[in-house]
Amino acid sequence: MRLELGEIHISDIKLGDCSKVENGTLYVNVEELRALLLEDEDLASVDFEVVHPGESVRIIPVKDVIEPRVKVEGSGGVFPGMISKVTTVGSGKTHVLKGCAVVTTGKVVGFQEGIIDMTGPGAEYTPFSKLNNLVMICEPKEGIKQHQHEHAIRMAGLKAAAYLGALGKDVTPDETKVYETSGVMSGKEKYPDLPRVGYVLMLQSQGLLHDTYVYGVDMKKSMPTILNPTETMDGAILSGNCVSACDKNTTYHHLNNPVIHDLLEQHGKTLNFVGVIITNENVYLADKERSSDWSTKLAQFLELDGALVSQEGFGNPDTDLIMNCKKLEAAGIKTVIITDEYAGRDGASQSLADADPAADAVVTGGNANMVIHLPKMDKVIGHPEAANIIAGGFDGALEADGSITAELQVITGATNEMGFNKLSAR
Amino acid sequence: MVKEIERAGVTVVHMCTVTPISMTVGANRIVPTIAIPHPLGNPALTHEEEFELRYKLVEKALKAFETPVDDQTIFD
Amino acid sequence: MSLRVVHYINQFFAQIGGEEKADYAPEYREGAVGPGLALNAAFKGEAEVVGTVICGDSYFNENLDAAKATVLKMISDAKPDVVVCGPAFNAGRYGVACGTVAAAVKDELNLPVVTGMYEENPGADMFKNKVYIIATKNSAAGMRDAAPKMASLAIKLAKGEKIGASAEEGYMPNGLRVNFFEAERGSTRAVKMLLNKLAGKPYTTEFPMPSFDRVAPGAAITDLAHTTIALVTSGGIVPKGNPDHIESSSASKFGRYDISSFEDLTAADHETAHGGYDPVYANEDADRVLPVDVLRKMEKEGKIGGIYPYFFTTVGNGTAVASAKKYGEAIGKELRDAGIKAAILTST
Repeated sequence: MRLELGEIHISDIKLGDCSKVENGTLYVNVEELRALLLEDEDLASVDFEVVHPGESVRIIPVKDVIEPRVKVEGSGGVFPGMISKVTTVGSGKTHVLKGCAVVTTGKVVGFQEGIIDMTGPGAEYTPFSKLNNLVMICEPKEGIKQHQHEHAIRMAGLKAAAYLGALGKDVTPDETKVYETSGVMSGKEKYPDLPRVGYVLMLQSQGLLHDTYVYGVDMKKSMPTILNPTETMDGAILSGNCVSACDKNTTYHHLNNPVIHDLLEQHGKTLNFVGVIITNENVYLADKERSSDWSTKLAQFLELDGALVSQEGFGNPDTDLIMNCKKLEAAGIKTVIITDEYAGRDGASQSLADADPAADAVVTGGNANMVIHLPKMDKVIGHPEAANIIAGGFDGALEADGSITAELQVITGATNEMGFNKLSAR
Repeated sequence: MVKEIERAGVTVVHMCTVTPISMTVGANRIVPTIAIPHPLGNPALTHEEEFELRYKLVEKALKAFETPVDDQTIFD
Repeated sequence: MSLRVVHYINQFFAQIGGEEKADYAPEYREGAVGPGLALNAAFKGEAEVVGTVICGDSYFNENLDAAKATVLKMISDAKPDVVVCGPAFNAGRYGVACGTVAAAVKDELNLPVVTGMYEENPGADMFKNKVYIIATKNSAAGMRDAAPKMASLAIKLAKGEKIGASAEEGYMPNGLRVNFFEAERGSTRAVKMLLNKLAGKPYTTEFPMPSFDRVAPGAAITDLAHTTIALVTSGGIVPKGNPDHIESSSASKFGRYDISSFEDLTAADHETAHGGYDPVYANEDADRVLPVDVLRKMEKEGKIGGIYPYFFTTVGNGTAVASAKKYGEAIGKELRDAGIKAAILTST
């Protein structure tokens, strides 16, 4: 598969009466976009704010972050099975509005949504403080159920990202990157001497607002399967998560999966990137056993020499992580896992809920229990009192002066387990 | 070395002076000895007395062999 | 005014002498001695070694309580802002002494303290979770690398500044996980780690799995009178002349020698190859390390079934854990194959 990614650099977002991309500025016709989003009967209101890097602004609670994209050539459309038809994506040409994102907020859906600070100490821990963000405050109609609420906000974010992405369809990209992958047989012929490497991408699928969708399929109802790496760049995998903010993979993370990008960077040079095995993190032990058996079986079908495994979330998914690692290693496939740690506020506790000597190559995104003080911001978008209830926060986390003392867990993307960040721990 | 030999199914008694190191290294039956350069002797004693001292230390080792243990144990 | 530092070193680094002086009792000297000069240079005027406590390694380890008390008093009397011990590199007893002194300085004197040693020094595992231990190379040639790290950490501790993660400051991981920013993102680090793992090259995990490396205790021996006991030592006992040239430190091999015809080891037939302790006593009478004479007597008395005809020997001093493990596996295999159920291992 061959995908051309045309990046249009966005340096500012302006709200107005005409939607377009011009000279690096994204103009948004608020009324038109609002009307589109309010077609969803579950939403009562949608308001918009624009925030820039360095501004004294806090967004809380953050549900999802999505990068606007549009399919320019090739089959299918972005966010297949959710916004576009289920047609297979990942080939042809896609345009990306780089440097900006849609951030959804509003009344808290689950208990586990996060914070983005655009400046100060908290900003150092989230990649989204470096983007120009169109923040959408989505409030649900009274009386709807929690899962309807989640669905409404998820869809609003995706619709908005697709709407904005479409504005870049006819714009000449500032930069074009080409990603090309081989088939299982042709790759072997092309790179006979390179180690065959696969990526086992674990997707949160615990149910109860902890879900991930692949071509519209709820991953907890799927067996592990294989994706071409470029499919993720068109939005084949979408977040429906309200998991702990620091280590949930937002849709932005899936679109820009750093493991996939780094493996493609090495593809044909130091390794042969054979494919992506997606698997789930279900709540039943039998599911965990079956899925880890299957991910290993698929890795053996692909005749992998090595595998990278990334996790999402923590706690019982640590068992899925360790099962995957143990079984891959037992099958003779050299494995590196990426996780994060819950080592307690003092860093002295056992970091993972499960462990095995086979996991001898671990990359960590840091200790999510580390306590951080987030000073008062001039402006707060959303509901600051959520700090008292979101994961990593606690009663009294929000102080009278507007500052927040909480664990790093509260910050969206802070200890990402795809290895998106530079944060680590020893 | 202690662990690897024990792993092979051989019961090992570790006779050494610096017992904390033995604990760290993972020995299961530990008999403390006299001094680093002469764990099983004492040059200040006569040859006969020294033999007697050594005999007693090795008796402790035999006792350690005969004693079932669940965890790292120092036989003082 | 610069910070006051008191430095603890052994007899060897004080240039008093080697193993023959290892029983040297504690002594206090004004100013810097030996490696203290390198520390002073690394302090760059911010701190200064005002006094040095010197103690022989054997003296310290064999008179633990008394030696510790004396050393602590000497340190305390010099009124330091921070204490530095060693570095001990791969000297095992020196490492244990440095760790013991450092832990006592921290717990009993409530003073900040830094020590340094090689990661395989037994003192490292014993004390790395109690005090900051800078990871050094395995010989004194590593002083050039160690001094700036020890100096920098000592100054930070003395000033009460925030201490970064082990990977940043150079101390051994101490069980407390500390966040910090790496130079590369996690995915890039993971890809590099995988390429190294695939190529069989060294790599360092960022989170070592909790240690499970304990072996279940062997079964109790119920019938010693009919049990053959094998003898193993890390004390370097070899036939006179060291026929296989086992190294005095960082041994690259182990020896296997016939003792079936020996009733008693004597200066005429056995000696030690070990370079980490005073060899005089073992050379006079190797039974002091490997108790062949008493086991023969017990054999005659019917207390044990016999002695395995070969003893196994190596030099523990400075020998890599990985090598020791390899020797242990080979010895264990021979004993298991020979149906031996019991072994005495002596260490110096």
